[in-house]
This record gives sequence, C-alpha cells and structure tokens, in this order.
Amino acid sequence: MDSELLQRLNIARQSRKAVAVVTHLADGQKRLVVEDDIAGDPLAEQITQRLRSGKSGIVETAAGEIFIQMYVPPPRLVIIGAVHISQALYPMAQACGFDVTIIDPRTAFATPERFQNVVCHAEWPEEVLKRQPLDAFTALAVVTHDPKIDDFPLMAALDAGCFYVGALGGRKTNAKRVDRLSATGVDGVDLDRICAPIGLDIGAANPAEIAVAVLAQIVEALRKPNVALASEQAA
Amino acid sequence: MAESPEIDPLAIAQTWQKDGRAIALATVVETWGSAPRPVGSHLVIDQEGNFEGSVSGGCVEGAVVFEAVDAIESGKPKMLEFGVADETAWEVGLSCGGRIRVYVEPVTS
Repeated sequence: MDSELLQRLNIARQSRKAVAVVTHLADGQKRLVVEDDIAGDPLAEQITQRLRSGKSGIVETAAGEIFIQMYVPPPRLVIIGAVHISQALYPMAQACGFDVTIIDPRTAFATPERFQNVVCHAEWPEEVLKRQPLDAFTALAVVTHDPKIDDFPLMAALDAGCFYVGALGGRKTNAKRVDRLSATGVDGVDLDRICAPIGLDIGAANPAEIAVAVLAQIVEALRKPNVALASEQAA
Repeated sequence: MAESPEIDPLAIAQTWQKDGRAIALATVVETWGSAPRPVGSHLVIDQEGNFEGSVSGGCVEGAVVFEAVDAIESGKPKMLEFGVADETAWEVGLSCGGRIRVYVEPVTS
C-alpha cells in the first residue's frame, strides 16, 4: 500500500463514502474503488454484491487470489421529531452503534436539556439535509405526526435509498400520507418502502416500548435486508 | 458514535506516517472456524514494533508484529497463516481452534 492510497481511503471514509480496496495477493498490487466508480471497475459485480453487507473477502480469479476489502460507513439514524419517543430512542440507538441525529424545527421540542449527548438540530429538515444528505447507510424515522415537517425528509429518504424509512401514524394516516406524496408526482420513488405503522408489532404501549419496536425494525432492515423487504411486500 | 473511543488503525497509520515513522499494515483476509476477529480487521505496526488495532484479539499479534517489522525492512508484503498452536510451524496459535490468514504489507511513502 502506498501512503497516497491510504490518504484517499481515509478521506472517503470520513465523508461517509463506501469504498472497496482491491488487492492482488500474489503481487500486492492495489486499487481503491470509491462508490461512485464501482460501475467502471472490472470487479464491479462482486463489489456491488458486498456493498450492502459490507463483508470483505477473497475472490478467486484467473489472475490469482484477489482480496476485496469493503469499508462502509457506520449506520446512521436520523430522527425527525424531538418528541417523547425520540428521547427514548436515541440512547438505545447509540448503544447499538448508530450515529444519531435529531431534527425538529420546533425549538420548544429540540432543546439541549431534552436531548443530551446527541446531535440535535432545531431547524427544518430541508435545511439540515441540504448540509448533511441522507445516504444508503442511513435509517430515517419520522415521528412528528406533522406533514409539514415529515413529508420532505420522507421523500428525501426514499430518493436517497435509505436502508430504512419509517413513519409514525396508523394505517389511515399513512394512506393519506401516501396519497399526498403520490400527488407530488415524483417518479421512481417506491412509497411502499415506508414502514408504517412504524416499528415491529410487539404491542408497544408507551414511548420507550415504541422505541424498542422501532429500533428492532431498523436493526432487522440493516442485518436482514431481504427478510425486511419480504415482510414489507407481504404487508 | 462521535465520542466512541473506538480505535481506527487506518487513521492511526496516516498519523504515524505523517510523524515520519515507517509502518506496515496487517489485515485479516480469510478465516475458518471460530476466529476472534472478522475478515478486514487491521493492525498497524511501526518499525520499532509499536502497534494499534487487532487481528486476533491478542493470540497472534506478537508474531504478526515480528513479521511486520521484517516487512518494513524488506519492503515486501507477505502472507501469514495461523491455526491452533500445534498444527502449524508457528509457535503461536489461536486457542479458539480457528484459523486465520493475515496479509502484511509495508506502507510506502
């Protein structure tokens, strides 16, 4: 490895880009493949397969053994709504290794007293997400019940391919939401990907239990993406 | 988490190199059975044998560091393989019964 590759690797990791480092084990030759350049790489197929799981490994090729090392960003959770559920959810999510960001334009909700040791923005989601765009390694949970606040980040999350998109509200609320979002006429966005009502069905009866249900659903989407997808489609 | 004290061997590698230290990077490239650290785990080593990170949770780090110092001097990468102690030529092994392959390479400036 040369220091220039190491530097480029660290810069990509810091900017939350998924990166593969491809090493020919026979002669030590290496190349760096950043997520935007995967399609043009000779090992594009293998790298793409490994992108979601983040698993590194050796592939056998005619040219000998090649080690593909994946570096994927740590999972992030963006919570829209600085409400009671969020207060219970963020420390649990942090304990599971998520980088958590909370966004709520209502300054009475998004206060440092209510949200200690977590990034909390008392701003509109539009503003924050412009600076820190969502990505495929991010989960989004919207919990304000207010379309003015919730709708924009929901569409942004579907557009960015967030690995989890959940929204608080019962089936009727969600049906109205889907109608509203469909009416915005955005193509190529799969509204069925929204998990609503939010959280696994464990009969959660209070904010902390709802937080458990939401976090469990997020972990499932991260660790068993195919299972989560199948149950969404069946629902 | 931002405050997490988790060690980032690649960031440390860059810092050490900036400080003028000659370094090598060791990476777990393959595991069989119950191996203590997953594929992709890194250990960064300098020419004096200082190291950060882990490739086995402590079982074979000593041998990896020894080989890494050699790789820094020779400038050539090498592949190491560790199994349970009595099954390999190495004097160290994994008590868990697994096997690992570790790729050791100098980081050239």
